[in-house]
Amino acid sequence: MSNLDSPRRRFLRQLLVAGGGVLLSACDAASRSPRVTKVLEIGERLSRNVQHAVTPRRSMAQEFTEADLSPRFRSNGTAYPDSVEYRALATNGFVDWRLSVDGLVEHPVQLTLDQLRAMRSRTQITRHDCVEGWSAIGKWTGTPLSEVLALVRPRPDARYVMFYCADPMDDWGAKYYESIDMEDALHPQTILAYALNDAALPIPNGAPLRLRVERQLGYKMAKYLTHIELVDNFARINGGKGGYWEDEGYEWYAGI
Amino acid sequence: MIQRRHALTVRVTHWINAIALILLLMSGLQIFNAHPSLYWGQSSYTGAGPIFELADGFPAWLTIPGSQWLAMGRRWHFFFAWVLVINGLAYLVYSIASRHVARDLVPTGSDWRSIGRSIVDHLHLRHPQGAAAARYNILQKLSYIAVIFVLLPLMALTGWSMSPWLDSAWPGWIDIFGGRQSARTLHFVVAWLLVLFLFVHVFEVIATGVWNNLRSMITGRYRIEHEQP
Repeated sequence: MSNLDSPRRRFLRQLLVAGGGVLLSACDAASRSPRVTKVLEIGERLSRNVQHAVTPRRSMAQEFTEADLSPRFRSNGTAYPDSVEYRALATNGFVDWRLSVDGLVEHPVQLTLDQLRAMRSRTQITRHDCVEGWSAIGKWTGTPLSEVLALVRPRPDARYVMFYCADPMDDWGAKYYESIDMEDALHPQTILAYALNDAALPIPNGAPLRLRVERQLGYKMAKYLTHIELVDNFARINGGKGGYWEDEGYEWYAGI
Repeated sequence: MIQRRHALTVRVTHWINAIALILLLMSGLQIFNAHPSLYWGQSSYTGAGPIFELADGFPAWLTIPGSQWLAMGRRWHFFFAWVLVINGLAYLVYSIASRHVARDLVPTGSDWRSIGRSIVDHLHLRHPQGAAAARYNILQKLSYIAVIFVLLPLMALTGWSMSPWLDSAWPGWIDIFGGRQSARTLHFVVAWLLVLFLFVHVFEVIATGVWNNLRSMITGRYRIEHEQP
């Protein structure tokens, strides 16, 4: 029988350990290199293009039944926006809250919660998928974004819809924001939700109004909405990547 | 006697596959660590609780990147997922067209008859000698077929079913796995089955002549020892 500690075996073992170490530190160095991350980003473009190519244009996210509802819909990220303005609005039951919709539109508006509730509504029981890996199922009622867009009449050069939120994300006061393209904006399941599970949208879930974009991950679905703006590109807005988490390195395309 | 064993396409796709799988595993563990619990069903919050939990997640030395960095882990994972898929398709097209699958992987009648002896031989670490060593034995064929035609396609399918956009392509298709959270659990389980395969595979490579095997997968040349009379 061969010796368990023969020089060859020792060499192999050392090779394995050294190889593993080199691999790990190489991957960590590569993760910090802009050139490498540029290459890795090819994956995002490929995923987006291929997923759009194999999916019908108006494909609908799966809808569930009341029996599938999560007993309590998990709140993630901000649970209560830490600002004087928001606190004042919340104490008053959001009667003073307004949603401004402007940018590349013919007819900018400011909407109250009652005005939104008076418009056509859609109710959907859908699965919320967090980028972290968990899912929860909730019943959302809200105004289809397409209704609001019909009201403001987007100009032909509008390509993206920006969503600005009330919740500060850091000590410097940067607030949450997100963006979607016109295809998602006009999708029938894209709604501005004011109710969750037949009750007014709770504060931990984004009161008084949050976005639902059912074919993308949770970080797209901005909570505590205050302002919607139509733009032709978002390179000049905040970090330029189209959203708070996108500026932190997450993909703009959150369909995967 | 030196013989040509692995075709160039098989050798190239083998090593690309090996690198992609290891990077996918390690970036996958990084993604798992963002929420180190597994569930069964459509959602994580059904009232039933997780079926598996790893409070602290996997250690940093097993993840890419080494620190907790979900956004970067996802970039690695989805890039190498594409490498794996494209490389795997290239391998399949070549292997079916060149009859590599039919000739070398599909078990023959005598393979099936040898299965009992092959199991005993493997357990005793007795390996085929001479020209027989250059062909795949029945256990080898079955494990390669399981990896190529069952485990890797399952990995891709359970991976795709976690994408909310692909889920909408044909609403309800992910119910074949029992829902998105079941699919995530299966993705995790199959990943570890692939790791199990990797360990057995590397063990057998070492046990049956590491340099000869490595050379045959790099240069294609394999040395056949003459059997003792």
